[in-house]
Amino acid sequence: MPPLTITTQVVQMLAGALLLISFAMLAERRSRRLLILLVWQGVVLVTSTVLVATSAHLTHLYYSAGLTLLLKVCVLPFILFRLMRKLGIERDNEPLVNVPTLMLVGLCLVIFAFGLAQPVSALATTVLRKTLGIAIAVILLSFLMILARRKAFTQVIGFLSLENGLFFAATTTTYGMPMVVELGMALDLLVAVFIFGIFFFHIREQFDSLDLDQLESLKED
Amino acid sequence: MEILWVLGFPLLGAALLAMVGAKRYAAEVNVAASLATLLAAAVLVLRIIRYGPMTAWNEEFFIDPLNVFLVALTALVGFTTAVFSRPYMRIEANQGRLTAGRLRLYHSMYQLFMAAMLLALTTNNMGFMWVAMEMATLSTVLLVSLYRTRGSIEAAWKYFILCGVGIALALFGTALLYTAAEDLLGAEGMGALLWTHLDAVKGQLEPRVMGLAFVFLLVGYGTKVGLAPLHNWLPDAHAEGPTPVSAVLSGLLLNVALYAVLRCKILTDGALHSSLPGHMLMGFGLLSTVLASFFLWRQRDIKRLFAYSSIEHMGIITFAFGMGGPIANFAGLLHMTMHSLTKSAIFFAAGHATQLSGTQRMDKIRGLLAIHPSVGWGLMLGGLAILGMPPFGVFTSEYLILTTAMRDHAWATPILLVALAVAFGAIFSRLQPMVYGDTDDKPLPHSPALVPVFIHLGIVLMMGVYIPPALAQWYRLAAQLIGG
Repeated sequence: MPPLTITTQVVQMLAGALLLISFAMLAERRSRRLLILLVWQGVVLVTSTVLVATSAHLTHLYYSAGLTLLLKVCVLPFILFRLMRKLGIERDNEPLVNVPTLMLVGLCLVIFAFGLAQPVSALATTVLRKTLGIAIAVILLSFLMILARRKAFTQVIGFLSLENGLFFAATTTTYGMPMVVELGMALDLLVAVFIFGIFFFHIREQFDSLDLDQLESLKED
Repeated sequence: MEILWVLGFPLLGAALLAMVGAKRYAAEVNVAASLATLLAAAVLVLRIIRYGPMTAWNEEFFIDPLNVFLVALTALVGFTTAVFSRPYMRIEANQGRLTAGRLRLYHSMYQLFMAAMLLALTTNNMGFMWVAMEMATLSTVLLVSLYRTRGSIEAAWKYFILCGVGIALALFGTALLYTAAEDLLGAEGMGALLWTHLDAVKGQLEPRVMGLAFVFLLVGYGTKVGLAPLHNWLPDAHAEGPTPVSAVLSGLLLNVALYAVLRCKILTDGALHSSLPGHMLMGFGLLSTVLASFFLWRQRDIKRLFAYSSIEHMGIITFAFGMGGPIANFAGLLHMTMHSLTKSAIFFAAGHATQLSGTQRMDKIRGLLAIHPSVGWGLMLGGLAILGMPPFGVFTSEYLILTTAMRDHAWATPILLVALAVAFGAIFSRLQPMVYGDTDDKPLPHSPALVPVFIHLGIVLMMGVYIPPALAQWYRLAAQLIGG
């Protein structure tokens, strides 16, 4: 096995940071800090994409990194921050039960993710292929977060972190999707966040809070 | 060119209705845009019949017998639903359940939703197919919560999160597909995501990656098909949204999602040289059918009842495609058509029935035949058709599926039969008291548009008695494409 270049090492370290951030999000209770973690996740994502682009000499990856920077580090957090302030939920504390259990489940998911990634990363030709496991782990941890949390705002953060994981997965396996498709995805994501914003207000208007525990009326009786 | 029209008319309609959607004539504009789309789709069908499969715009679009029939079906049901929605939404507005602004949102999003589905059907690019499916979710999510009641907001949130997560899995599957294809087709440009290119080299795609990709694509798009155990969003969204939306969700969106699964299955079949994808479809299909038929018994809400019936039928169709082979595929495609037409007709009738009695609770809906015979007959005949009673087309397709199952997978036949019997009992026992009996409900302020109901049921009846040879040939061609 050839020695790793500095760039590859840095990228792999960043991938590790991505995983750490996912775990931190899983255990974070305050909405405000969650959002900051999401921004950090975006920053790490952009940095690693740029590094991959330089090492592999791919111009379209620069564009996609730029798009990510604009969307996931600037526009979406801005919208979410404003929403948070308007809704007055900056200091909301979400009671979290069983953080140790959650962490253990998360650990199992990471192991599972690496197992799942094995056949694909053996075939992929990119410098990042060893990190596909991390990408899948980020995706699964975001799922866990959406499932475990009962606040609308937190679920949206989980959704966006899922999107970040997917983006990272696409970069690690294939140096990203074709540009036009990525543009379409970015547009969808933007619209989704707008709709989430509209929903926050509707939910609060009807239920007086953003607690999803109250959204339990539609069950089979 | 025809594709441009097919996609252009609904987009144009959406833009126009975003401006005038609250006006008195908005419903007519909606109908006109849908009619234009239907005509464009008809021209497209004629062209494909004459010249065979085609690609357009640097191969970004691809039309073959498999998707053109779904384009035609989507445009047809889109048009009839628009016709039905005209008086229906007017009555809703009269009853004060909707404001002008929301009516505008409804009309505009309805057309956008049609455009998204038609794009998902006609595109050749697996990436765009994903974008279009997501667009279809986004455009309907605010329609589900149109009434802004607690229930509708909860349903829409569930729909949004579940389908959003599901579709994210499909995106990962698409990325894996791209990985598998990149070596063969080259990363430059978009060639590696074009279905026709993938189809040409499917035998050489790396089987392990394709297997993994298919799992993600099936679970992802399967969420939108309403396959158990990811079906939770479906009954809520159908029951809480306005009835025209329930009709197009059930009659069209589920089909389009299943179409996406089929396209992926064709590729995976070619790469894997095994029956694994087929077995997965059969498993999910059977599970959905059985689960849904037992849940049918517990329903009290008329729209929830028929939503579960949709899950059941999508399960049957998925099972049929899982078995594969010319007859099962033929039956699957036929059943897709029959279910789409019948289920939307039922939702039309059920929508007016709930307006008559002012509730969706089935124990409060009584005496439809007495107060409004055509609504009563529509619901009764639609119910009989969806249960697979002999003269209707659903019987033909279910019969074909069952006999094929008996021949190839005998173990599954009793399970299917039990599920069908349970569903029959559940729906039939609910239907009868709603239709017969007495009532003191008042008639509707506007006369309902029930012509679509009887057009749909007429087609279903015709297909049960006599499938025109040209149409049968068409289904055979499409079934051949799916292979298996």
